[in-house]
Amino acid sequence: MSTAATAGAHEAHEHTHYTTTGLHHRKIAMWAFIGSECMLFGSLITTYLVYKGRSVAGPFPHEAWTSPDGKAFPAILDIPVTSASTFVLLMSSLFMVLALAAVENKGKPGYEGRLGSSKFWLAATAAAGATFLGFQAFEFTSFVHHGLTIKTNLFGSSFFTLTGFHGAHVAVGVLWLMTMLFIDIKRGLGPKDALNVDIMALYWHFVDVVWIAIFTLVYLIK
Amino acid sequence: MASLAASPTHASAASTSEQTGLWSWLTTVDHKRIGMLYLYTALFYLLVGGLEALVLRTQLAKPNMGLISAETYNQVFTMHGTTMIFLVVMPLSAAFFNYLIPLQIGARDVAFPRLNAFSYWVYALGGLFITLPIFFGVAPNGGWFGYAPLSGPTYGGGFNMDFWVLGLQILGISSLAAAFNFITTIINLRAPGMTLMRMPMFTWMSFVVQFMVVLAFPVVTAALFFLQFDRFFGTHFYEVAAGGDPLLWQHLFWVFGHPEVYILILPAFGLVSEVLPTHSRKPLFGYNVMAYSGIMIGFLGFGVWAHHMFAVGMGPVADSIFSVATMLIGIPTGVKIFNWIATMYGGSLRFPVSMKFAIGLVAMFTIGGISGVMHASPPSDLQQTDTYFVVAHFHYVLYGGAMLGIFAGLYHYFPKITGRFMSERLGEWHFWLNFIGLNLTFFPMHFSGMLGMPRRIYTYDAGQGWDLFNLMSTSGTYMLLIAGLIFAYNFFTSRRNGALASNDPWGAPTLEWSIPSPPPEYNFAQIPEVTSRYPMWDLKAPDRMAGIKHTHADAAVIAEAHAVPVHEETERRTAQELGIPMPFPTIKPFMVALGIVILFSGLIVMHAGNFPLAMATMLGGAAFMVGSLYAWLTSPLE
Amino acid sequence: MSNDRAHADHTHEHPTWKQYKWVALWLFVITVIEVWAYYIPSFVASKAFVPALLIMSAVKFTVVVMFYMHLKYDHQIFRRLFGGPLLIAGATVVAFLFLFGKL
Repeated sequence: MSTAATAGAHEAHEHTHYTTTGLHHRKIAMWAFIGSECMLFGSLITTYLVYKGRSVAGPFPHEAWTSPDGKAFPAILDIPVTSASTFVLLMSSLFMVLALAAVENKGKPGYEGRLGSSKFWLAATAAAGATFLGFQAFEFTSFVHHGLTIKTNLFGSSFFTLTGFHGAHVAVGVLWLMTMLFIDIKRGLGPKDALNVDIMALYWHFVDVVWIAIFTLVYLIK
Repeated sequence: MASLAASPTHASAASTSEQTGLWSWLTTVDHKRIGMLYLYTALFYLLVGGLEALVLRTQLAKPNMGLISAETYNQVFTMHGTTMIFLVVMPLSAAFFNYLIPLQIGARDVAFPRLNAFSYWVYALGGLFITLPIFFGVAPNGGWFGYAPLSGPTYGGGFNMDFWVLGLQILGISSLAAAFNFITTIINLRAPGMTLMRMPMFTWMSFVVQFMVVLAFPVVTAALFFLQFDRFFGTHFYEVAAGGDPLLWQHLFWVFGHPEVYILILPAFGLVSEVLPTHSRKPLFGYNVMAYSGIMIGFLGFGVWAHHMFAVGMGPVADSIFSVATMLIGIPTGVKIFNWIATMYGGSLRFPVSMKFAIGLVAMFTIGGISGVMHASPPSDLQQTDTYFVVAHFHYVLYGGAMLGIFAGLYHYFPKITGRFMSERLGEWHFWLNFIGLNLTFFPMHFSGMLGMPRRIYTYDAGQGWDLFNLMSTSGTYMLLIAGLIFAYNFFTSRRNGALASNDPWGAPTLEWSIPSPPPEYNFAQIPEVTSRYPMWDLKAPDRMAGIKHTHADAAVIAEAHAVPVHEETERRTAQELGIPMPFPTIKPFMVALGIVILFSGLIVMHAGNFPLAMATMLGGAAFMVGSLYAWLTSPLE
Repeated sequence: MSNDRAHADHTHEHPTWKQYKWVALWLFVITVIEVWAYYIPSFVASKAFVPALLIMSAVKFTVVVMFYMHLKYDHQIFRRLFGGPLLIAGATVVAFLFLFGKL
């Protein structure tokens, strides 16, 4: 394509992007993707639940266990720590909606101060996500110290796989948030970027609701 | 059909002026060219998968043949299934999705042109990844269903199933990306007036299929991750000694596997639903019911998976539920068969090759469908499971159904795609050899199966009553080979020398026939405004449109979209001359796809024992992928 | 399609800071109750424990999806794109639990 064509293309840009529903392509695709993710996490959670209580050897999630050679293992799951990380992730969702609101309403009355600072809220969301990952790293290391790895038993295999997949999703989200924050610092995000932030927010909240399910089904229900 | 050919078209001149050479194919984001890439690649794999079938059938021609060893046989039958499902039928359907969906809904491209290129390249590279090992004798050998623990580390050591597990992961990415793309395209790029209930039936069936992909593939992705972790990282998902359950694999696999069956057949149903009304010169009978039964099949398709597993002993309650659900799904499928017959009834029929293939599907799929209902009953299924009877059943629905439908589509749309007709004379040979060959191959399998011949055996002893039926099946396979060669010859010679075709050579009713053949890069010089289900018949055969509802779209919508009433488009100028913005060609989707395949290849290196090199490969692949992805996302589309 | 487009115009009536704050508070309170319940042995042993936790979790899930993901305010197409798969995923999970004798 020549430069002339490029210029022409940009002029024509306005009227050629008709959509049937008036909605943005990317938002539809993101929701379809989230629907698909329901099945992925559905399968992972199902596997964890189906295998619950089927490990032939410990350590176990909610009970202490003594191995045949007399070694004692504590119950693995640490509810206080995970409750804290759950709280952090839930709050990150609040920061995320505020970041989106700040981008959408940039410059409007009522959004002058902290509430209108998309940089602040994006950074807060990313920081909360990173904190959650930090908790998870701490959790995983302490489990390994207590004698549970992905190879130890069925509980280890299904637990680390499920929470690991969730953690990987959070990590992608943090990377995405930091990219968006970088763009915000570089040129400032405004209402015209709302779609991009909106889509990222959908992803982020979805990762959050998956954790809501995991926290109850894996950690709290014995 | 040569008499139908009209004025010379602009052939390939305008649309490919600056688009030739390898680089243009690597960087194309045009849905039509990507459709062509899918088509050629899938036809190549059809040859590969066909030759694999030929080897299998030759080995089974007579008792105790020694053509190949048991190990080779395992590899060849695994790859025959894997190739035909993931590298042939799905991509052939994808070729039609790509080429036809935007044309049928009046759009200039898909919603995400670059993602579309990405889907193709992941498929192409993933196909190589899973196919090449057969040349080194390390092809997957655990069946296309990869039953754990046979596919696990204990019984499936070696590289063979590594390639299968990783290859399927790669191919899944391709299907999922394409599905998000087409869902968005169909929801959001329909021309003004093209309501859901006016979409051509092929687009409808494709729409259903994309949702099935979106819901079914994540499940097999999870199952494959477990298997992958078992193989590479020492987890215990499918290890009985650790409390793991091989049935978990079977359940997860078939939650994907059964919808997959409909993913394979529904596009063919859609193609046939385009061909039959066109050549019956009569609207599709019961359009609404056809659409709803497609949705019904898609929905029920997620509730019948365990009928693949009656033999594992799930207990009477589960058996009964899955049995009833399976029989239920026969209803919407039967409705489709009767609607096709009713479409032909009272029409003024023509019988070009495409029509013969379409009618062939209706007949052959019915046979496969009926034996399918037989398997729905657990007592009956226990006799048939793992015998050649089942092989007969699914080849009737997949070859007699999906492939015949795809051939119907190829003959029907070849003039639109190339601007030329395929030879009808050679096509007749192709059809009849195919028709006789497929029945000669697969019908006797009902008998050998009923006589107790198990699937997946590499040879058998004489005197069990199987000899004649096996010989018949093998001769039928050779007939299919000859048919295939005739098709290939016809396809490649007609592309250059076939009789020229006009915009609308068959007198078909839908939008894709209103534009030149082959279509210009921008498809529609002006976005059409659609007022009924069969816009081209409104123009040319209003007498057929008596019972079809017409309404105009909202005036505001028409203005916003710059739409014009449907007309026969003769515009020959390029997009540049018309000021239509086209997406830039780009290599980045290819690079991201390459990064993904490199990343997965690292695990093979890890299995080979070279840990540092494995990490380097995986990190390199990941970095390459992420870098290319950022480059892609930060460069403008058009 | 005129209906679709009329809907599309409403997509920007997002809730405000005030509502977001309340939602966050609800999420916090429910989580506290959940964890609290976990530490009451008699309640854990009772039949009501699992259903109660599932309901609380479902409420949190719904609140985030409806308010933070704006599904309550957005185009109905999004609700279908999410609700359909969620329904099938839920049904599949239940079916698996039944098939593996967990129900």
